[in-house]
Amino acid sequence: MLHLHCAEFRYPAARAAALHDIDLEIPHGAIVGLVGPNEAGKSTLCLVASGMAPAVVGGGLVGTLEIDGEAMTGRPAYELAERVGLGAGSPATQLTGLAATVFEEVAIGPLNLGLSAAEAIERVDEALVAIGIERLAGQHPRRLSGGEAQLVAIASLLAMRPSHLILDEPTSELDPVGARLVAEALHAVAHNGTALLIAEHRMDLLDGLCDRIVVLAGGTIVRDGPADSILADPFLETLGLERPARHRIADACRIAGAPTDPAELRRALGDWPHR
Amino acid sequence: MSAAITLEGLGFVYPDGKRVLNAVDLTVGPGETVAIVGQNGSGKSTLVRHLNGLLRPTAGRLLIDGRDTAATPVAALAARVGLLFQDPDRQLFAERIREEVEFGPRNLGMRDEALRRAVDEALAAVGMEALVDANPFLLGQSRRKLVALASILSMRTPIVVLDEPTTGQDAIGVGRLRAIVRGLAAEGRTTIAVSHDLRFVAETFDRVVVLRSGSIVLDGTPAEVFGPQSVAVLAATNLEPPPAARVGIHLGLGSTPTEASLVARLAARAAPRNDDIRSTPPTE
Repeated sequence: MLHLHCAEFRYPAARAAALHDIDLEIPHGAIVGLVGPNEAGKSTLCLVASGMAPAVVGGGLVGTLEIDGEAMTGRPAYELAERVGLGAGSPATQLTGLAATVFEEVAIGPLNLGLSAAEAIERVDEALVAIGIERLAGQHPRRLSGGEAQLVAIASLLAMRPSHLILDEPTSELDPVGARLVAEALHAVAHNGTALLIAEHRMDLLDGLCDRIVVLAGGTIVRDGPADSILADPFLETLGLERPARHRIADACRIAGAPTDPAELRRALGDWPHR
Repeated sequence: MSAAITLEGLGFVYPDGKRVLNAVDLTVGPGETVAIVGQNGSGKSTLVRHLNGLLRPTAGRLLIDGRDTAATPVAALAARVGLLFQDPDRQLFAERIREEVEFGPRNLGMRDEALRRAVDEALAAVGMEALVDANPFLLGQSRRKLVALASILSMRTPIVVLDEPTTGQDAIGVGRLRAIVRGLAAEGRTTIAVSHDLRFVAETFDRVVVLRSGSIVLDGTPAEVFGPQSVAVLAATNLEPPPAARVGIHLGLGSTPTEASLVARLAARAAPRNDDIRSTPPTE
């Protein structure tokens, strides 16, 4: 369980707090979606919930971050990294730049955890398969496209099997099949007990993936509840956010006098022949 | 009038032998809006990096305004083609937004009132006129991306190339991008964008080009590329049409690339007029 309690965060030299009055609990096995308009503080919340702010970023945190009941205040980054995985920023910056192949890149995390080579290899194989990128194993990380680099960055995190995983826009550069494979892999890690927080603009992806949605606006949590009811709520639009396609289209059809059956709409949206 | 952009058998192979583009032929007219879509690793970003000379073709030719660019220096191409990177941090360098957005047009020789106007208009287009004195590096990723876009728009290049412009933008930001692309088209400027957001693509662009393994496999209007006739080709890529198009195809409504077109078809079906009698099933 990851618990942020009464948290307020200020970047170095910033006058205003980027986050305030944050209370957030993410139990093991939960998949929590984090949504909010531009500049709401989503990326900052990802940094703070992973402990990287302030540990690496600097700045000031008031309140506490607890992981499995232990306060993380003042812990060095390497101790935090054993407990929380963070995927943030552009995928190119997430990659280490140290490895000559994708396979070695994904192995760096597990080896840094002190695992044996045999176990690291097993984890890398498993992570590459989970994300559907076995074909990239022998490629140089610098020759990857933006989307491929993003998939490799996620595989690198999965190979560490973190008990808590925080992802800031994990599918921003992915095609629909890549996004779906990532969603399935995240489902599986949550099933195995990982606590997940995912900041994402793709509402359709969150719609099938999350049990809970947290809405951030102006640096604080304005809603926290079951995914189904929050994603259906038109108040999202007042914040400049979008609801998932099934809700948008159903409402537009009703207004146009052509109501559609929600179950039929769901089938229609899922009906696409994939390779 | 010559085409804005012509690719003739354009191929690109990295020095280590990795082949990314294969004999791509593409002609884009002045004022056209073209979205380039494709699965991860299909060569989209490699293709657009040729357009301002960041990469040079290893086969074939690139013509801008009808002139071969093989001998054109990057600086001369930059006056014709503005390129927004996927990652704004590869682009931004200044400590004040105004300075950042002034840099490009100043380099192109703009001064005084013309420069001020170009900068003000670019910042207004991205909705950041109130932040001229802010430090771009203290802004969040979504706003840094908009600053990077303003610094491209302010150069007033006849060709604007955007690599994944909607990444990190909320619905308001995406709407702003749509208005910017339509505004460029209205001014007769040419826009090429790479995007995974196929709803944004269908609602914004006149033409969609689908890349697969470095070759063009589809090229048409959103209604054509996201309609029932393209299902087989699209399904062989990792792409899927936007939600409205999938619903239209599933319900046998034909091509409905945008949500507005889907709702219009559904409304027409729900309330058939007399002259639609042929499409109405016989009643008991």
